[in-house]
Amino acid sequence: MRPGLFSLFNRAGAWVLLLFLVTPALIAIPVSLTPKRFLSMPGNELSLRHFQHLFTSEEWLSSFFQSGVIALSTSVLATFLGTLCAIGLWRVSSKYSELVRAFLLLPLIIPQIISAMAFYRLWIPLGLLDSYLGLILAHTILAAPMVLITVSASLATFDPRLEQASKNLGASNWTTMRRVILPSIRPGVFAGALFAFILSWDEIVVTLFISKFSVYTLPRRMWNGIRENTDPTVAAAAVVLIAITIIAFVVSAILSRRNAGESRS
Amino acid sequence: MNAVARHIHPGWAIVAPLLVLVVALYLGPILNIMWLSVTDPEPGLGNYRKLYESDSLLRIVWTTLRICVITTIFSVSLGYSIAYAMVHCHLRQKNYMLTLLLVSFWISILVRTFSWLMLLGRNGLVNNTFETLGLISAPIAFMRNELGVLIGMVHYMIPYAVLPLLVSMQSLDSRVMDASRNLGASGSQTFWRIYLPLTLPGIVASTLLVFILSLGFYVTPAVLGGGKVLMVAEYISVQLLVTLKWGTAAMLAALMLAGVLAMLWIMSRFMKLSAVFGGSTR
Repeated sequence: MRPGLFSLFNRAGAWVLLLFLVTPALIAIPVSLTPKRFLSMPGNELSLRHFQHLFTSEEWLSSFFQSGVIALSTSVLATFLGTLCAIGLWRVSSKYSELVRAFLLLPLIIPQIISAMAFYRLWIPLGLLDSYLGLILAHTILAAPMVLITVSASLATFDPRLEQASKNLGASNWTTMRRVILPSIRPGVFAGALFAFILSWDEIVVTLFISKFSVYTLPRRMWNGIRENTDPTVAAAAVVLIAITIIAFVVSAILSRRNAGESRS
Repeated sequence: MNAVARHIHPGWAIVAPLLVLVVALYLGPILNIMWLSVTDPEPGLGNYRKLYESDSLLRIVWTTLRICVITTIFSVSLGYSIAYAMVHCHLRQKNYMLTLLLVSFWISILVRTFSWLMLLGRNGLVNNTFETLGLISAPIAFMRNELGVLIGMVHYMIPYAVLPLLVSMQSLDSRVMDASRNLGASGSQTFWRIYLPLTLPGIVASTLLVFILSLGFYVTPAVLGGGKVLMVAEYISVQLLVTLKWGTAAMLAALMLAGVLAMLWIMSRFMKLSAVFGGSTR
């Protein structure tokens, strides 16, 4: 059927909207290249001094490092717990397991400000405020549902008879898990790990509540920069983050393409 | 012991670690906060009574609801247009559109908020461009008011609105629309009387999802509102970190949570929740 006038008009509108979604972020690029000391558009000359500052300043470097450590630990922990949990729920598959699944997805949908309150409330008596462990645990609870979703999606296409066959042939539970189940849900596990990393790397609301001085993540430092609204180093950091986003996006696109290829063959 | 163990599926053993962690470190303190809302500073419904008694508190709740409703209306209707265009074009074009959508979905909220700050400020790019072009004589106030907050929020929410709609539109049987055209209905009749009602579950899911996310939104209102537009999330953070009043904050959190859970329940009537979540992370 030939698209009608309305449909063509709508398609043009959709393109405009999609460009509206992406282009505003690009303004960070020119602002980061300004030669001036304050946030401004560059005039005739460009300068890389703010990038130089970003990559030589002790404060920014330590924030990159801390965010990296926290995001990596969160990703590992959330992927481990989330994958086990997804396999367990898949095995049980009863009315109760669906209830538990719904409950475990709550941290993803409950407003971040309430999660932040909850962690802040508990971390005070536990002495976890402003510590790596505190941030990693909080981020893990927020990120595990992501892993649960991606791994469950992979398990949905996994044939349970393969597990039966493996056990009938004499493999132990552990061997079955390692040699049969895990290889077939690998794309879901990788996607979950990637999402968990990004969630933690980007997380600001909970971080604002439970970190103060000794742990100062990248989003936290950017938040400060944005509130002070003077130092163009923030723009340089924003450009670096956009670059990382695009790289992560390409990686995940390749992963999901490979995933699609496997399920087709 | 053995009798009990035989009734419990062994699969629960590997569900337990995450479940215990979430119950102990997440559900526990949330219940504690609910409890605080009726006990701090003194037992009773005093915190909830403040909603009637304090004009400023009522105004904050009202501002939050108004901004959330407007954000939801704009995000869902613009999202509907995007999803419709994506479903009804060639695969190549659809993939380009999906890429743009997901890239924007993945760009850090802080980067986006920072960009709006650069674009919308008094000396921002938008005002400067308009002035050089001679369109305006004085800068338009985009920031420190609801306009700025709305622009930032709609921009952030559109991808979330599109994804459930996309799932719903893709699962539609296009032969139903062909049948409607064959029976003599015009294009617009088919759209209004067949297509739109059939995508209603998607619209409901997308509306509730965006509304829930807007309700607790913190970053964009705090930065683009510049202290002039106070919403519940920012008020809670001030209560906890500056004035240390747990009671009022806990009451607002309890109301927000009750609202969110109620909306999730409605949403589960219309759509499998896992489909919405699954769609929004892929």
